[in-house]
Amino acid sequence: MSKVTLTIDGIQITVPKGATVLEAAEQAGIFIPTFCHDPQLSKPGACRICVVEIPGARNLPASCVTEATEGMVVNTASPAVIEARKTNLELLLANHPTDCLTCEKSGDCRLQEYAYFYGVKQGAFKGEKHNYPIEDDNPFIVRDMNKCILCGKCIRMCEEVQGNDVINFAYRGFNSIVTPAMGAHYADTEISNCVFCGGCVSVCPVGALSEKGMIGKGRRWEVKKVTTTCPYCGVGCQFDLNVKNGKVIGVTSTDGEVNGRALCVKGRFGYGFIHHPDRLTTPLIKKDGKFVEATWDEAVDLIVKKIGSIKEKCGPDALGLLSSARVTNEENYLMNKLARAVIGTNNIDHCARLCHAPTVAGMATAYGSGAMTNSFAEIPGADFILISGTNTTDTHPVAGAMIKQAARNGSTLVVVDPRKTELAKLAKYHLQIKSGTDIALFNGLANVIIAEGLCDKEFVNNRTEDFEAFKATVAKYTPEYVEGITGIRAETIREVALGYAKAKNASIFFTMGITQHICGTHNVFSIANLCMLCGQIGKESSGVNPLRGQNNVQGSCDMGALPVVYTGYQSITVEENRKKFAAAWNVQELPAKIGLTVGELLGECGKSIKGMYIMGENPVISDPDANQVMHELKKLDFLVVQDIFLTETAQFADVVLPGASFAEKDGTFTNTERHVQLVRKAIEPIGNSKPDWEIICMVATAMGYPMSYGSAAEIMDEVASLTPSYAGISFARLEKGSLQWPCLSADHPGTKFLHSGKFARGLGKFHAVEHIPPDELPDNEYPFILSTGRRRYHYHTGTMTQRTGALEVFYPTEYLEVSCPDAEKLGVCDGDRVRVASRRGQVEVAVKITDTVVPGLVFTSFQYPDVPINRLTNPARDPISKIPDLKVCAVKIDKVG
Amino acid sequence: MKSLDELAKIKESRRAALKIREGVPSATEKAHVMMCGGAGCISSKCLEVVDAMKEALSKNGIAEQVQIILTGCMGPCDMGPVAIVYPDATFYRRLKPKDAEAIVEEHIMKGNLVQRLLYRAPGAKEPTPKVTDIDLFAKQKKIVLRNNFYIDPTSIEDYIANDGYAALGKALTQMQPAEIIEEVKKSGLRGRGGAGFSTGMKWGFTAAASGSPKYVVCNGDEGDPGAFMDRSVLEGDPHSVIEGMAICGRAIGAEQGYVYVRAEYPLAIERLDYAIQKARENGLLGKDILGTGFNFDIEIRIGAGAFVCGEETALLTSIEGKRGEPRPRPPFPANAGVWGKPTVLNNVETWANIPEIILKGAAAYAAIGTEKSKGTKVFALAGRINNTGIIEVPMGTTLREIVFEIGGGIPRKKAFKAVQTGGPSGGCIPADYLDTPVDYDSLGALGAIMGSGGMIVLDEDSCMVDIAKFFLDFVVDESCGKCSPCRIGTKRMYEILDNISKGKGKEGDIELLVELATTIKATALCGLGQTAPNPVLSTIRYFRKEYEEHIRDKKCACNVCELEE
Repeated sequence: MSKVTLTIDGIQITVPKGATVLEAAEQAGIFIPTFCHDPQLSKPGACRICVVEIPGARNLPASCVTEATEGMVVNTASPAVIEARKTNLELLLANHPTDCLTCEKSGDCRLQEYAYFYGVKQGAFKGEKHNYPIEDDNPFIVRDMNKCILCGKCIRMCEEVQGNDVINFAYRGFNSIVTPAMGAHYADTEISNCVFCGGCVSVCPVGALSEKGMIGKGRRWEVKKVTTTCPYCGVGCQFDLNVKNGKVIGVTSTDGEVNGRALCVKGRFGYGFIHHPDRLTTPLIKKDGKFVEATWDEAVDLIVKKIGSIKEKCGPDALGLLSSARVTNEENYLMNKLARAVIGTNNIDHCARLCHAPTVAGMATAYGSGAMTNSFAEIPGADFILISGTNTTDTHPVAGAMIKQAARNGSTLVVVDPRKTELAKLAKYHLQIKSGTDIALFNGLANVIIAEGLCDKEFVNNRTEDFEAFKATVAKYTPEYVEGITGIRAETIREVALGYAKAKNASIFFTMGITQHICGTHNVFSIANLCMLCGQIGKESSGVNPLRGQNNVQGSCDMGALPVVYTGYQSITVEENRKKFAAAWNVQELPAKIGLTVGELLGECGKSIKGMYIMGENPVISDPDANQVMHELKKLDFLVVQDIFLTETAQFADVVLPGASFAEKDGTFTNTERHVQLVRKAIEPIGNSKPDWEIICMVATAMGYPMSYGSAAEIMDEVASLTPSYAGISFARLEKGSLQWPCLSADHPGTKFLHSGKFARGLGKFHAVEHIPPDELPDNEYPFILSTGRRRYHYHTGTMTQRTGALEVFYPTEYLEVSCPDAEKLGVCDGDRVRVASRRGQVEVAVKITDTVVPGLVFTSFQYPDVPINRLTNPARDPISKIPDLKVCAVKIDKVG
Repeated sequence: MKSLDELAKIKESRRAALKIREGVPSATEKAHVMMCGGAGCISSKCLEVVDAMKEALSKNGIAEQVQIILTGCMGPCDMGPVAIVYPDATFYRRLKPKDAEAIVEEHIMKGNLVQRLLYRAPGAKEPTPKVTDIDLFAKQKKIVLRNNFYIDPTSIEDYIANDGYAALGKALTQMQPAEIIEEVKKSGLRGRGGAGFSTGMKWGFTAAASGSPKYVVCNGDEGDPGAFMDRSVLEGDPHSVIEGMAICGRAIGAEQGYVYVRAEYPLAIERLDYAIQKARENGLLGKDILGTGFNFDIEIRIGAGAFVCGEETALLTSIEGKRGEPRPRPPFPANAGVWGKPTVLNNVETWANIPEIILKGAAAYAAIGTEKSKGTKVFALAGRINNTGIIEVPMGTTLREIVFEIGGGIPRKKAFKAVQTGGPSGGCIPADYLDTPVDYDSLGALGAIMGSGGMIVLDEDSCMVDIAKFFLDFVVDESCGKCSPCRIGTKRMYEILDNISKGKGKEGDIELLVELATTIKATALCGLGQTAPNPVLSTIRYFRKEYEEHIRDKKCACNVCELEE
């Protein structure tokens, strides 16, 4: 790269060509004030506080938008510059309230800082001042436009990072104001389109935008900021927990490796659960049907006694453990060790079974690894993005925003979804398929690509196997045939197929819309096939990317919280592996019998399974056919639940152990793109709760297996020593930055994208798969298809998001999405309550009429304990991965009253 | 049409039909009545005159032998409605519908001029019937407005008859792109929007810029108070702009043009839109123009009432569908214009000069004007002057010639005080400098600017504080609000000025104004802000005493300001 040398305030500095004067000054350590400049946003050059003097220029140019040129001489502090800056500040102060004494941003306000620095006082100019009402009608953000200096960073953040265009300047000149359309408030989301990501707040240099929850909670200089990883979805955003006096008072952006400063409403405003009064603060033991408080010793003793007696009487396989996608890698690792080394069973599973078990099964079989092949940072490089069965902007909002940015920048976006999601509305093609017809569609795309001779023959020949069988199978899936199954026009199928095949870099993203079917694994195969067919894998920005739902669902799988593998997917069925782990864990031998999955464990309750230990899971709400789940749990002889709240599942427990939340412990989460990131302890555990890893150590030790670690870092060292893909990972390295596995040694940089040059399993394997209709289709009695999913404002079963003081306030009740024609047929209006019933159960819920769903399809989330929709869902399972068919079940709907 | 030959044939046949407008009597037609159809004359109801005239012609059974043509603006708006009757080129003014009969029955049928409707020079006893004899017109030099007396702006054949599209034909068949740019450079043409940058250099930079496609943009967002030069061109001769842009398209390798016209110019938009349509129909826009393989087309973008969109970067941003706010330069439009692509942006008047330069050659054009300011300039005369309206004069004409000879001087024998040029970005030039030649550099030296061509004449009754306040009020209203110096600074300047004008000024206010003005000029983002203080600074420079009187004596010598207490 060519360089230029310039002189700033007498200092010679060499910078890359194209750098601005401001950047050059920063490099030289010279201070230039800025309001509107932000290195990650476009450059409006608007505030003019960063002006400098450059001999030869006809005025004082703004350094943020002036390119440094060879031989340029810059003066950043000449009398003219200082005078201009002072006058500029006087002007800004002349229209600014002087309530620094009570202003939330005091101490973190650039206007205050610069006024102090330049000794500018208010009062140089008197005249009209604005007097806008303060917008304080949502639980997240307070807007005081009287303090706004119109730098426009919030607007650019919203547009360029979040892709939402909620706000812009309205009116002009002195009357300019930043506002949503029509002068609406943020809270009028129908008009404003605001999703409360809070990006605007994160960049506001003054007190115009504040986090409502932080107001009055602490001065900026009193706050300790602890950078950690978000406990919600699998994107793995990083942020700063703001701590004062041992209490988390808020969340602010840091410059996260994955997310930059972007966060979603949950990450930024959903921290209230940490100090919620419902937090479990002491162990509980059920006596006579009621929970009574107990000491740790009492609780652990009881567990040891009960589990010991079950193991003694019925053998270790009479016990089952559910680990958790929410706790750290270290804790999952220890749960896996507890099950296998201490208790002696492979009956360990977790909720990945309900989300991406087919992904792990399908992609591992086809490619040799079940993880996302690429990274979020590669999204901008994809000129073709196909997303299938993922409402990304709701479920993985920050990743959704990245996809929106790519679409805005010209990438072709194709959305396959029965629902008209936000991304579907932005997409070039929305393939609104009939639920459960994905295989037909992907086979159809392959059919076109083969017929048009666009298949990457070299890739197929050199890097894959079993192509011929696949080719024979897709032969019948002509676009016309597929149109009959999916409802997508043959012509559209052709166009999308050609687009995918001809793209330079094509990325596919999917989530539960692909996996939660009885043919979930085959669905994944059909996607895996398509990528190989076109060679759109094993290179940057091209591949298959399953977005994992929970903060550490990738990590809990990596850590062996699965019935068939140890850490790093080392199979328990391989004797060598068993020996390796037995030696490391200092036991004679490890069980070889494949363990039971979540659904199988619950199904065997009272039969082969007598006791369970559930950590951080809530199957009573999350699992299909929830009535049956409750029924089964009651049959257990003994149930331990370890959680941060007394969940619906914990109600069935004999012993409840209080875990510590993510804010109260150290550890790591592995995000959906294999980034292992640090979770840092910000506060002491609440009450008498303990980090889950400490609890597991206590239980194991009490069971006669001494287990003790000085820190989470030590546990990771053990993981690394046993797990090739994590071999190079240590807390010491992670302190310097996250690492993406595979990270094979201490000097291995980690892996951005997988399968470069060679698939993890050697050759990529094609699977010839046929369309399989859903298990339960509508009929006369149950005429609607019910599909379930998630909402942006809530997470999993709502245990955390229903207790934040913000999220549940803004989004208090669940509703059922019904199409307009169906609503008319049912005779219901918005807000009317209906009874939704399947062959297994029923719930009552309010109706919302929307064009998001097509006639015949209704949708709701499983995140509201008062709308326990999983009492209705179908437990029919994919025979390979055992995932239940949560996306399709037949229901009937009646108006209540 | 698919070739130059076809173009030449149309020209030939149409030219013959228009001989009457050159003063050659026709065997078949009695007269062509060129009725000024500029927005000014339409406001003074020229269309009713046209109707009355048609009626009179029918009544007398000569409707077939007389054409009534609605032209573009002829200039003398305060005399409107005006008309020229050919072949004898008689100029009539202040026409009313009831006058139509006299013109038809006396002049056209019997050859007797209607004396009471003829022009009389100020102070003259005898009328001046012939348009070419009238001082107001005789001292002008028309290049940009060459067609406004001559053609029907809705007739592409009329335009072609007067050499229209011949320059495009020449550029496409006889010149290489680099030669076109060289020709424009040699002509010395400078941007008529006011900044006066060399048009040829601008084209050269854009041609050399990497990035494609490239665009050609016409700035028709004329917004200075009292200025309507561009409107007159768009209404009177829209094809000249289209042709100029197409020539540029050829020169820089662009296939798409945009004309940005303010919404307040409905007639200009209508005529331009019609002209674009006709040019397409005739193969002069679109694919394979004149059979040369050259493609070029134009779209109109209509503004939404923001003055700042006349600033080039704001205009480009507005074309992109965004809020019309300026963006920092560099990068200049030549490198990053519409959609971030290399773009030539010139104003309407600049474009209208291009065909003439290409057709007649740079040397002929450069022969007009001063050393550094070539060609002619169109001005809109307004304020305290007899002949308000549009004029076109060679660069270098003195202010005195413009105000007193062409403009007919100051009404009611009042004394001349100053002329304000350049609108809200410009300044006031006092009587001492009346002999200044009007060119970019001379006006700039006086603290004023050429600007786009607005000239407001002020007499002894004009209060300079009030004038400054008027322009500042305009700027406060039109500041987009993007940069703080302009957004808040002009507002505070206005407030100080308002206080002065109300007798509430205090010592130090003038210094504060100057200080604030200096910061705004030095730090504002775009041309609007950087020049917004000029009207204040130039009035302080030449008429400081008036400010001091308002502040110290609480007195407005001109009795314009309403002083409180």
